[in-house]
Amino acid sequence: MEKFDKVHGVAAPMPLINIDTDMIIPKVHLKTIKRSGLGVVLFDEMRYHDHGGENEEFVLNKPAYRNTEILVAGDNFGCGSSREHAPWAIKDFGIKVVISTSFADIFFNNCFKNGILPIVVEEEHHAVLMEDAHKGENARMTVHLEDQQITTSDGVVIEFHVDPHRKHCLLNGLDDIGLTMEKDHHIDKFEDHASQARPWV
Amino acid sequence: MSPKTLYDKIWDAHVAHEADDGTCLLYIDRHLVHEVTSPQAFEGLRMAGRPVRAPEKTIAVPDHNVPTTADRVNGIENPESRIQVEALDKNAKDFGIHYYPVHDVRQGIVHIVGPEQGWTLPGMTVVCGDSHTATHGAFGALAHGIGTSEVEHVLATQTLIQKKSKNMKVEITGKLQPGVTAKDITLAVIGETGTAGGTGYVIEYCGEAIRDLSMEGRMTVCNMAIEGGARAGLIAPDETTYEYVKGRPHAPKGAQWEAALNWWKTLYTDEDAHFDKVITLRGEDIAPVVTWGTSPEDVLPITATVPQPEDFEGGKVEAARRSIEYMGLEAGQKLSDVEIDTVFIGSCTNGRIEDLRAAAEILKGKKIKDGMRAMVVPGSGLVRAQAEEEGLAEIFKEAGFEWRLAGCSMCLAMNPDQLQPGERCAATSNRNFEGRQGRGGRTHLLSPAMAAAAAITGRLTDVREMM
Repeated sequence: MEKFDKVHGVAAPMPLINIDTDMIIPKVHLKTIKRSGLGVVLFDEMRYHDHGGENEEFVLNKPAYRNTEILVAGDNFGCGSSREHAPWAIKDFGIKVVISTSFADIFFNNCFKNGILPIVVEEEHHAVLMEDAHKGENARMTVHLEDQQITTSDGVVIEFHVDPHRKHCLLNGLDDIGLTMEKDHHIDKFEDHASQARPWV
Repeated sequence: MSPKTLYDKIWDAHVAHEADDGTCLLYIDRHLVHEVTSPQAFEGLRMAGRPVRAPEKTIAVPDHNVPTTADRVNGIENPESRIQVEALDKNAKDFGIHYYPVHDVRQGIVHIVGPEQGWTLPGMTVVCGDSHTATHGAFGALAHGIGTSEVEHVLATQTLIQKKSKNMKVEITGKLQPGVTAKDITLAVIGETGTAGGTGYVIEYCGEAIRDLSMEGRMTVCNMAIEGGARAGLIAPDETTYEYVKGRPHAPKGAQWEAALNWWKTLYTDEDAHFDKVITLRGEDIAPVVTWGTSPEDVLPITATVPQPEDFEGGKVEAARRSIEYMGLEAGQKLSDVEIDTVFIGSCTNGRIEDLRAAAEILKGKKIKDGMRAMVVPGSGLVRAQAEEEGLAEIFKEAGFEWRLAGCSMCLAMNPDQLQPGERCAATSNRNFEGRQGRGGRTHLLSPAMAAAAAITGRLTDVREMM
């Protein structure tokens, strides 16, 4: 996985709450057997008209936000289906950070597996960041993972929390499976014990 | 020893390794797999030259993409769907995992097949690349959805990297009123907590109204724990559970059954165990409910009216305004005046035999409204066979319903069963999101009995008027 360090880029506002993974990527695009190429259908039903063609009103279609790297989203972002196609599409579009007041559990986990940093902030900080994201091309934020800080275009600094293990994996681009396999002997030991204790499993 | 919750007990029995910061390797007893969220995971294994660590604990079945019409014996017409199902056929064979292919009578929705075949047992950890894995919590199993990267992780290591969630208790006291079902309980709970209310928690459902439910009803309740944001929902196993499990193809037998039973009987929340959050609803207060909006938290009794966006606070005002517009409703409109054109009975929420019985009970000797498109999609081939044996299929067909083959179908509309823009569906499934059942389609969630009532009258209907 690519290493994650610092992102300095345009932040786009999506204040709607409960943006679900069906909105992020509708099921018609889940029929792929690949992980790549989904950026073009990110937010498909909001981004394009029924008859095709871009919806100019949609934030990511506005000239200022076409190169968005940071999304400031409403509460409970990523709820619903477990589809990892959602973070795949977000990453493929070029978004590396999503900021909200809360995320759905499975989506939150899926982000870290794909080099995306989901950041939970308090409501008052969220309001500051949302306002900043509304500044169009001037809405350039910096997200520094090592220091766990977001800096707005005005220089306001907001600190955030991230799980130390996940931070370590993102910073170093580490693959979970490889890390777990280093603990293989623990899994062997557990299996030996469990097969005695619960042989019917 | 400090008192433990049911969740604590199952968790503790499955920790293979705990790091200093509390990050655990949680051992997985059953891994269920379907065709949509697994191809990239198997591809990852191939690229890295890794085998499936425990193929005997891995069970696959195609469900999301499969057509539910009789002509599916001729193969799947949509090329992309066909490729996904064929990929699962091949992956199951290459990696040596248990498999129920499309033409097997045991095929069906993965969350219906697992319990039906006895793969799901009390005290287990169960995962699947599907958020409705929460269903299996009805057995007192810790069960939750995972993403495709985690599917690959479980295939390779039979573990997940996890941190423990908090404990929430949802108690439903007393008895349910006539016409009120497990679906109404689970929707009413989400109406109470909101779709993010369970985030960071594992819910244990308890109380007399939960105890009184059959296993089918308990699965309906746990199925929608994810819609409340919880990682998982649990119900402690009891005689109802053991009776359901006993004799199933993959349930333990003989001395192993006795040993298993001894352990299962320890799986309950100790007195005085700590819950971080407690919600209590009175069973008597729960009415037959429907959803009016585009989030499962948009729940109201069928006797209510569409709310005003201004009734809400914060971001919900805008979300409610958007929902009402999308749904083509007017604030203040009576829910029982909302006309529908489609009825869908099925899904991992309500595609089991008891659900079909409840709907057939209302439909017996009646016809659906002229022009209504109504379909029943049994949750598995075995549910379908049983419904035919019990004469339910005839009731549905005589009423005017289409009688389909098993699959996820119109719950998420990945197969040809979809709504057209503007069509309005009374659905027994679990999500009413924008576009969920087809782009521009409108979904009202409700119980199977309520869906049957709506099919007859052509509008959202209080089933109690028909009982």
